[in-house]
Amino acid sequence: MNNVFTSSIGKKLIMSITGACLVLFLLFHMAMNLVAIIKPEWYDSVCAFLGVNWYAVIATLVLAGGFGLHILFALILTLYNRKARGSNRYSTTAVPKQVSWASQNMFVIGLIVALGLLLHFSQFWYKMQFAELMGNHEVTLGEATVSPTSGSAFIAYYFSNILFVVVYLVWLAALWFHISHGFWSALQTTGWNNEIWLPRLKFAAKIFATLICLGFAAVIVTFYVKSLLDCC
Amino acid sequence: MKFKIKIWRQKNAKAKGKFVTYDIDNISADTSFLEMLDILNDKLISEGKEPVAFDHDCREGICGMCSLYINGEAHGPDTLVTTCQLHMRKFKDGQTITVEPWRSAGFPVVKDLVVNRGAFDKILQSGGFISVNTGGAQDANVIPISKKDADESMDAAACVGCGACVATCKNGSAMLFVAARVSSLAKLPQGKVEGAARAKAMVAKMDELGFGACTNTGACQAECPKGISISHIARLNREFLTAKLRD
Repeated sequence: MNNVFTSSIGKKLIMSITGACLVLFLLFHMAMNLVAIIKPEWYDSVCAFLGVNWYAVIATLVLAGGFGLHILFALILTLYNRKARGSNRYSTTAVPKQVSWASQNMFVIGLIVALGLLLHFSQFWYKMQFAELMGNHEVTLGEATVSPTSGSAFIAYYFSNILFVVVYLVWLAALWFHISHGFWSALQTTGWNNEIWLPRLKFAAKIFATLICLGFAAVIVTFYVKSLLDCC
Repeated sequence: MKFKIKIWRQKNAKAKGKFVTYDIDNISADTSFLEMLDILNDKLISEGKEPVAFDHDCREGICGMCSLYINGEAHGPDTLVTTCQLHMRKFKDGQTITVEPWRSAGFPVVKDLVVNRGAFDKILQSGGFISVNTGGAQDANVIPISKKDADESMDAAACVGCGACVATCKNGSAMLFVAARVSSLAKLPQGKVEGAARAKAMVAKMDELGFGACTNTGACQAECPKGISISHIARLNREFLTAKLRD
């Protein structure tokens, strides 16, 4: 593996591996969230199980490292590619119809995803796992005080607000575009592709991105509808 | 047919360029794009003006010398053709046609529409060469090669090295060009022997010359006049990464 990560392909390999890890985490997170629709108490049990246990903390650190590397190399590659493109730009550019919008705007879409994550961390992770790590057994949620492991209470609180519902749905749309290109692009970069599998992987990427985003969106919409029914 | 041709004019590599618009008429629909530029140059010369510099050679879509970014597309609006095979019937009468040189840090402008594509030669040189005693013509079946492998190799070997892939890539990446070269040899038994060394050397040279990293947009494949697939880029990635793993 001599100097592989200093090459342009090696840097892309880091993006692919970290991206694949993040996508696997999203799949797990989405499946976990769906439990909240089935039975909120079960979801709280999962939150308690994953709270400050050593394996959850290690997994969080690994995930944070992967996420950091993904962002760092996205920045490095974007700057590197801008330099390669040169300072003179075309006066007119017609993007071929075979080229997806997502593939041309992965960095900007990634920025939106990262900004959405900051909001998500401040609303959920900071008041849940981080609060537990700091030894807090109670956190304030609006006017109420709840346990950091009461995940369903957090979901119910934030997704009773239409503003957060819209922001999270927009965030999920950005995530869909990011995964719909990133999924097959990661496999292409690692060399797992050929003429036959190229269209299949592109299709699979869209299906996978749709399943992930629909899963997350289902929880948001369900809890928003529940909040409307509860108040009327 | 008549056209307004908006062309990038730049005296030399260091000068600042600008667009100049020329009117041209009495152009047959069957005139090729380069013939149209020839007619324009004749007109400019007769008026005592500097003709437009542009690259061309075989005018048969084989040599890869012609370039030009026409109305926002490498080699113009037609598909699977080089600029020399593009005809004026692909444009509307009276249309304004914008003609620019390839724009990439790896291809600096020499004059007007001419760019220096010498970087491609350097990448090819870095890939090394093979020398064999050819002797008498061998029987075609001495080294069996499957039809599938031979076809894939030939598809990659169709690359004419025009640079449309670099010109059209938002990252100025030369991955499709390097992939075509590596892939055409990697699929054949003769090329496999030095396959690992070739992939490493060509990628290293590509990076050294400042070409960008591939983000798999597929724009290169869409604009390639020879229709070379980005699946060859996957093969280059595979060849390069496995070669590095063996180090």
